[in-house]
Amino acid sequence: MITFDDVSKLYPRQLRPALSHVSVDIDEGEFVFLVGISGSGKSTFLRLILREYRPTSGTVTIDGKNVGTMRNGRVPRLRRQIGTVFQDFRLLPGKSVYDNVAFALQVLGRPTREIRERVPATLDLVGLGTKGQRLPEELSGGEQQRVAIARAVVNDPKILIADEPTGNLDPATSVGIMKLLDRINRRDTTVIMATHDSTIVDQMRRRVIELDKGLVVRDQRQGAYGNL
Amino acid sequence: MRHTFRETWSGLRRNASMTVAVIVTMWVSLALFGASLMTMQQVEAMKGQWYDKIEVSVFLCTADNATDGEGGNCESAQGVTDAQRDAIRALLENHPDVQTVYYESKQDAFREFQTTYADNPIKNSLTADQMQDSFRVKLKDPQNYQDVVSAVEGLPGVQAVQDLHTVLDPFFRVLNVLKWGTMGIAAMLLLAGALQIGNSIRMSAYTRRREIAIMRLVGASNLYIMLPFLLEALFAGVVGILLAGASMAALQYFVVDRVKSQLSIQSLGWITGSSTALAIGGVAVVGVILSIIPTVLATRRYLRV
Repeated sequence: MITFDDVSKLYPRQLRPALSHVSVDIDEGEFVFLVGISGSGKSTFLRLILREYRPTSGTVTIDGKNVGTMRNGRVPRLRRQIGTVFQDFRLLPGKSVYDNVAFALQVLGRPTREIRERVPATLDLVGLGTKGQRLPEELSGGEQQRVAIARAVVNDPKILIADEPTGNLDPATSVGIMKLLDRINRRDTTVIMATHDSTIVDQMRRRVIELDKGLVVRDQRQGAYGNL
Repeated sequence: MRHTFRETWSGLRRNASMTVAVIVTMWVSLALFGASLMTMQQVEAMKGQWYDKIEVSVFLCTADNATDGEGGNCESAQGVTDAQRDAIRALLENHPDVQTVYYESKQDAFREFQTTYADNPIKNSLTADQMQDSFRVKLKDPQNYQDVVSAVEGLPGVQAVQDLHTVLDPFFRVLNVLKWGTMGIAAMLLLAGALQIGNSIRMSAYTRRREIAIMRLVGASNLYIMLPFLLEALFAGVVGILLAGASMAALQYFVVDRVKSQLSIQSLGWITGSSTALAIGGVAVVGVILSIIPTVLATRRYLRV
């Protein structure tokens, strides 16, 4: 599904590469934790998948397509297959929960009928079925992150990328979010989650890829946050 | 599509004062640009009309003009001789640029003078002897006058050669300066208008940067993202074009048409409604281009993949 083949990324005016000779294979339907301290290259890894950057060397392949050499005009199509969730939610203030989720479909030009079906179903999935008309700023952090997740998956992407999705949430709320991501993963969506949260990684027992100074130092099935 | 129109409308409303400023700038600059296009066509119309009629006049020596100190090739106190006259006629008739040659005698000139000034007391102030014999030359191509003029200028018996160019060219030079002057001012105003559109779109994109970031994230196409901004700029541009077009039509209707009918200088060539329509078309094209280009440049930053 996602293949990194000897990928290095060097940002301009920096001496040390953000990623260095990374080779990783992620299969369809996998749940992968990306761990490592700040600056270890987690975000760069995710951004290469989204084609926000091109690799300096090596190839990133998604679904058989070389993302690095992809024409700019093709990038939107790539991103329609990838849902993205951030630590800071990035919801649109002033738009209701329903409208925030519907926005992702509207801007793809989807028909209204489809939007009216999909949005409530997705809100049900994330457990916000009754809060569609509320504004994001009226919701708790955990609920806001659920809205963001709903927006990320409403278009049924093959891949869900989560960059520290629990970073702003307390442990109890984080557990709820993880259950939700697990549920989404069980619907055959590949989930890649960058995190600092060792408790979560240890509890979930999924594949762990650890980065340090741009190098993959560990790639372990059913791993834990630290080396056990 | 509904979403696009809603975004366009909210953008216009949010920036209402800016939108008005853009419209006014576009209006004035496009109207001025249109006026200079109309001037250009006016000059062409007049040139066409006058230069078509243009004749080179070769005035011949008379007994008294040589003593006036404006002798040309005249010998003092001597009129043109028949031999000289025939030589001049022969040269003119055989010149490749000449279409027809018409000889106007003193008497012809006097009659012409009297009919022209029939109601004027000046009519009786001159006698036929004070008029001048002349050849009136019609050219094949009115633009090609210089050869004929220089060929005939040096001949004995020729007092002066006059072509309408020497009369009209200064006038057209003034019109030309006017044309390029308005064109230059219009260009500067258009530049200001384009920059203003760019700025207002940049502001509009900045206030919507969160939406844009999410649109990019979920994979909306660049055209889709840019469309509300393009429509916003085009709205201002098109309103400006319409106002400028109306101003130009008013100029044609209230000024040109009225002057044409009242001043009874019908002999002058005046631009017609259709040339004004053409100028409005030019204004529309320029207006649309000047709305689109700054918008594309201003939003490019937000659309970089």
